[in-house]
Amino acid sequence: MRLWLICGVALAGLCLASLGLGAASLFDGDGGWLLVVSRIPRTAAALLAGAGLALAGVVVQQVVQNRLVEPALTGTPEAAMLGLLAVTLIAPGLAVAGKMLIAAVCALIGMAGFLALARRVPPQDPMLLPIVGLIYGGILGAMTVYVAWTADLMQFLGIWQMGEFSAVTQGRYEWLWVIAALALGLYRIADRITILGLGRTQARALGLNYGQTRMLGLVIVATLTALVLVTVGNFPFVGLVAPNLVSRWRGDNLRANLPLIAFGGAVLVLSADIIGRLVVHPFEIPAATVIAVFGAAVFLWLLHAAPRRA
Amino acid sequence: MIETAHLDLHIGDTQILNDISLRIEPGVITGLIGPNGAGKSTLLHCLAGLTPVTGGTVRIDGQDPFSADDTARARMVALLQQSPAIVSRLRVHELVAFGRWPHHQGRPGPDDARHVDEALEAFDLTALADRPLETLSGGQRQRAFVAMTYAQDTPWILLDEPLNALDPRHARNLMARLDGLARTRGRSIVIVVHDINAAARWADRIVAMKDSRVLAQGPTQQVLTPATLLDCFDTPFDTIPHKGRTLVVAQ
Repeated sequence: MRLWLICGVALAGLCLASLGLGAASLFDGDGGWLLVVSRIPRTAAALLAGAGLALAGVVVQQVVQNRLVEPALTGTPEAAMLGLLAVTLIAPGLAVAGKMLIAAVCALIGMAGFLALARRVPPQDPMLLPIVGLIYGGILGAMTVYVAWTADLMQFLGIWQMGEFSAVTQGRYEWLWVIAALALGLYRIADRITILGLGRTQARALGLNYGQTRMLGLVIVATLTALVLVTVGNFPFVGLVAPNLVSRWRGDNLRANLPLIAFGGAVLVLSADIIGRLVVHPFEIPAATVIAVFGAAVFLWLLHAAPRRA
Repeated sequence: MIETAHLDLHIGDTQILNDISLRIEPGVITGLIGPNGAGKSTLLHCLAGLTPVTGGTVRIDGQDPFSADDTARARMVALLQQSPAIVSRLRVHELVAFGRWPHHQGRPGPDDARHVDEALEAFDLTALADRPLETLSGGQRQRAFVAMTYAQDTPWILLDEPLNALDPRHARNLMARLDGLARTRGRSIVIVVHDINAAARWADRIVAMKDSRVLAQGPTQQVLTPATLLDCFDTPFDTIPHKGRTLVVAQ
């Protein structure tokens, strides 16, 4: 109970800071309009994106039984970007829902490719899998850059690659609310996702339909990744940092910890956005850049602190 | 009773199980012995309905574990794999509680809590219930996994080398508890063991495997003979009667 009170107060404080911060002041004239059109959407977008990324991270970690992996380390966003590029080239007029769907399907295919690779990676060294994912993502990323370069679409790629919230306004972020629905769905199957983390044999021995549950989890991850990527861009490290910090502190019983993981991701991304708005005020640094600096430090700490049973 | 008829499993040209016909008696401990690579673990997974076979049938108390739905199967037979990976940071009571999952599918009731408490007590884990698994010793961890399998409350319990990495005291305590489960609760236990003397001491019946076949099956005293052991392990053994049981010593 006290934990939730602390979390609530922290969240409220961050939200107030985010709502009050920006180039224009809330108290000259059109403050209410500014809130509704820009500040509230921006704050909500950061919270939803952060929660979605963190949840996607923990599901992937349970599926591959490796906590040093997250969607951004499995080629998933790169595959989604490749799909988005293809849409932009072939059917530029497609509605956002269509783009989102194509991105999600490509994300799922990209993740399936990673899982096929993961099966051949010996599990003894937990460091190996993220490296394989990094290379795999690098190859997909290079393909994306090549296509974008030849088609003169590099500026699109730039928008997707660097996640930030300065362009978020009313009417341009509402898709992110789907994350809230997915989070609730994920909470319903929290036990199943935890059991996935016990490994295929033990999960099946407990009567879990392993293949089906894993597929369901991966579809949710692909959808979360695509939603965030299409609306606000790519944010590496969130899916790694939030679940790992919660896991170190409270363990892996997702029935109890899923809300905390979502909260951690939300707070992380919103804080990064606020810092990004403060550092070079009245200009901005992308939230993804702030997270990359902070996330890289935490990642190094995780590698250093738990090489044996990461 | 678990009965198998002409079980066959091959992957490509590699024969893993070859014409396995078994009768495993209920209410006792059956030891599965044999050299490395004989197919013991695979057989155990097939008995639990987890590894599909390429031929033959398995019947657990008359039911086919391969055609049973996942939940029904997990209420009939519990399997603990060899050295289960613990990547998950779970507390002991959380892990043991997952043994109840086939019974409640995510909505535990008071009955489930009672089973978990009983499993924790049966394996001497009550004091460790709140400890994270990764802070436990190998023996304590192994006991936690066996307790999870026990909490699954199935008539059949299949354990793949649960004595691995246990010191003599923990190995003995674990076997004594399993023995108690068979004697007083009528549970049927099948256990893969490398230590032939552990099988000799605790198993009521033995199944000896070699080169993907069943070499011998029957009451422990009848299977653990120098001739069968030589055949099974290609190593000469002496058998010594000891306190009404058989002691096995490599020559």
